[in-house]
Amino acid sequence: MKHREPTLNRRKAVADILKVRGDALVVAGLGAPCWDIAAADDSPLNFYLWGGMGGAAMIGLGLALAQPKRRVLVITGDGEMLMGLGSLATIGVQRPRNLAVIVMDNERYGETGMQLTHTRLGVELAGVAKASGFSTAGTVYTAAQLKTWIPRLFRAPGPVFAAIKVTTQPAPMVLPLRDGAALKDRFRQALLGDKAFA
Amino acid sequence: MRRAELKRNNRSPVTGHGSRASTTWPDDIYRVLVDQDIRQVTYVPDSGHARLIDLVRADRRMRAIPLTTEEEGVALAVGAWLGGERSILLMQSSGSGNCINMLGMVQECRVPLPMLITMRGEWGEFNPWQVPMSQATSPALTAMGVAVLSVEHAGEVGETVAAAVRLAFNTCRAVAVLISQRVIGAKQFK
Repeated sequence: MKHREPTLNRRKAVADILKVRGDALVVAGLGAPCWDIAAADDSPLNFYLWGGMGGAAMIGLGLALAQPKRRVLVITGDGEMLMGLGSLATIGVQRPRNLAVIVMDNERYGETGMQLTHTRLGVELAGVAKASGFSTAGTVYTAAQLKTWIPRLFRAPGPVFAAIKVTTQPAPMVLPLRDGAALKDRFRQALLGDKAFA
Repeated sequence: MRRAELKRNNRSPVTGHGSRASTTWPDDIYRVLVDQDIRQVTYVPDSGHARLIDLVRADRRMRAIPLTTEEEGVALAVGAWLGGERSILLMQSSGSGNCINMLGMVQECRVPLPMLITMRGEWGEFNPWQVPMSQATSPALTAMGVAVLSVEHAGEVGETVAAAVRLAFNTCRAVAVLISQRVIGAKQFK
């Protein structure tokens, strides 16, 4: 299959998604997705990962099961998702209706020197998600496709998976809070109120 | 392993049940999970946990979540806790090695995580390939900041698990209970 060159800008795509987040809870995979999300909308209801590579989708699953009335968005990178491919199968088995997993797929390990990932070399993450039992799964290449996908990310019965193909164009680093316990506490306080410290 | 095989193990001469022997220790653990309001139970199956997994799967108050690898359960615990629910992770000792890097997140974020680990590769083991990770389980978990409790007798499983779950949620950290092969009985290869 001929390779299709990504054209979307990751910062704009993430900003377009988060503009309509409402009260959705967001898990940010380590690296560039964290910077994109911090740049677009630094909310206490964002949980930013500075490590735990391969765990973002599973954090999303635990959160989605605990908060079935809230929409949960995992926004991560292709390298991070590839490290936790089995979690797509685990999510497919649990079928949380309120979870969307979004991969900002630049086909590179962006934090380590832009080495190619498997998604540049023929692996289609949306196909893995579909085969794992996700209700909706697809790859987004164009601005027009993204526009039709955004409402699905928030409203289609989950689990929903989208790989959004983005360019490697550099963007300024926007660093969120990085103390793990502080990130956890501020998230829980914003979501659970006084019960967070009960 | 199926339950019939578990029963066979419990009759085996290498089983180390002493005077405090109890065949109901998985039921004792299950009662702790109910009492402590555990809602998400993640696991990679082990024969030692077979009965507990059946009990959890039959209880609508908690969700049984099979994993493809144990580290998924570590990450899920973070999400569950962010959302205000308690989870627990069940595995065999060989799976503890799969969790190591992800446990760094639990330590950094101060997330409560009880782990119940049935040991292989020690008391009367037949399979030599089980021994290396068995020997490394406690030191590797300790190196990652996990508090480790061990239990050698069936009659002490329930109280040890109850203590471990309280320690995990009262002090926001990972706590592992290593359940000896002596309690479970060595797997028979015949």
